[in-house]
Amino acid sequence: MKGRTSYKMIIVLALGYAFLFGPIVILIVYSFNASKLVTVWGGFSLKWYGELLKDKGILDAFWNSLRIAFCTAGFATALGTIAGYVMARFGRFRGHTTFASTITAPLVMPEVITGLASLLLFVSMERIIGWPQGRGMLTIWIAHVTFATAFVAIIVSSRLRDMDLSIEEAALDLGAPPLKVFFVITLPIIAPALISGWLLAFTLSLDDLVITSFVAGPGSTTLPMKVFSAARLGISPKINAIGTLIVLIASFFIVSFSIISFKMEKKRKREAQQAFENN
Amino acid sequence: MIGKLKKYLPEGRTLVIAIPLVWMLLFFLIPFAIVLKISFSEMMTAIPPFSTLWKYADEMLNVKLNMGNYLFLLTDDLYISAYINSVKMATLSTVFCLLIGYPMAYSIANASPTVRNILLLGIVLPSWTSFLIRIYAWIGILKNNGLFNNFLMGLGVIDQPLIILNTNIAVYIGIVYAYLPFMILPLYTNLVKHDHTLLEAAYDLGARPWKSFLAITIPLSFPGIVAGSMLIFIPVVGEFVIPELLGGSETLMIGRVLWQEFFNNRDWPVASAVAIIMLLLLAIPVAVFHHYQSKEAL
Repeated sequence: MKGRTSYKMIIVLALGYAFLFGPIVILIVYSFNASKLVTVWGGFSLKWYGELLKDKGILDAFWNSLRIAFCTAGFATALGTIAGYVMARFGRFRGHTTFASTITAPLVMPEVITGLASLLLFVSMERIIGWPQGRGMLTIWIAHVTFATAFVAIIVSSRLRDMDLSIEEAALDLGAPPLKVFFVITLPIIAPALISGWLLAFTLSLDDLVITSFVAGPGSTTLPMKVFSAARLGISPKINAIGTLIVLIASFFIVSFSIISFKMEKKRKREAQQAFENN
Repeated sequence: MIGKLKKYLPEGRTLVIAIPLVWMLLFFLIPFAIVLKISFSEMMTAIPPFSTLWKYADEMLNVKLNMGNYLFLLTDDLYISAYINSVKMATLSTVFCLLIGYPMAYSIANASPTVRNILLLGIVLPSWTSFLIRIYAWIGILKNNGLFNNFLMGLGVIDQPLIILNTNIAVYIGIVYAYLPFMILPLYTNLVKHDHTLLEAAYDLGARPWKSFLAITIPLSFPGIVAGSMLIFIPVVGEFVIPELLGGSETLMIGRVLWQEFFNNRDWPVASAVAIIMLLLLAIPVAVFHHYQSKEAL
């Protein structure tokens, strides 16, 4: 299909992207500012990155966040894939709309409510069954998995809906057991969706402040909690440096993933075409 | 097609449905029942800081429901104006996002496929990088001696710095900035599927481009508009980070009130009641969202 871009559209897009990217670019530029005054340029310097490496509180918080994000992403991807598969492939079983609404409910829920509700659950559970003991990494992990699963389920189910059912059906007709079909046929095809689900779960977990603040305990301070308490006091070049690192890491992940999945998609299409031509 | 697949589906079908469902019921739905329960209890200086609702002693079940939290919320002006203000700010920000997001989504949908992928990546990229950091970046831009004021004063447009940070204007800027991708993505998904022969037919019949846009494109994109609007309106009503970092004392929003009741006053019952009333307020938008989501999925 040919593009229908007019000069008006180009102006709209230029302004829109300037708005979306401007603040991030400014943040990055000023993280290399030698001056302590964040908005006055005092020459290029890497000193704020050096300061970061010396700040044990921030490093610990970063390490906590990374560990939680890794564990969240893995588990949420597994749980979300199952949920997404049910949503896309199980048809209209009894209560299928209830199922879908329950799984995707965290998508449209203000975080303060989710956070408060999760905390009250953990407190009540501890009182009744004695688990989980206190709040910390475990309770943060459970709360993160819960909302990240909803996002993964949406990504996986929309990918499955776009996917051609005939391959799965062919395998089933040829007598492959359903579980085998799922692992050998379905999973490889939806692999890009699983990777984007994993990445999204990872970044959501790494980034969450509100829910985490409710369910965190002593000794489980995460990076966003550190950044937030510092940002409340005003801006500092050190936070600019953390922000730059986070933005660069996240962009690296997302851009490389996009390129890989774009290439995989192209290759798959080419192979499919070749298969047709050979027959 | 699903029907054909059905006879092959695993015996463990129920199990497959149950695993994610049980997790969500336990960790997402049951907690709301607990919030409801605690909103009827009294605040106490204890751990946890609230009273129990029922006691069983001497063959008597005593249920004590404390309506005080709700009466307190409904009679105190602070809470009522916080609710009204949150809804107002969420509505206005949704409209701003729609006004900015629609032309952008439309332009992306009309670009050639390769350019489209790059443009989409440009929308996804900022929305996947730290929300907190992106809001923080605006503090440096908007403050009195910040970049925006320095720029305007350098140009000689103003002599006195504009006070933007810690006002509602800053909050609107922050909300629109942070939530814009959530409007663009569902709109794009909708607009890119449009059949252009409809528009061409309208042109052939002599309709002006603007008229055909209003009569064809906008109505067809309605599901996208609803999805985007709900994805913004609902979380913004309860937004905490943006009013806290960019807003001032005038920025009264209910998410901030809930946070303060919980963390500063340690009044868990009142915080729970605030959450329950917020949920009631959001029930209709949430239902609309799920209604359109399930329609889209079929």
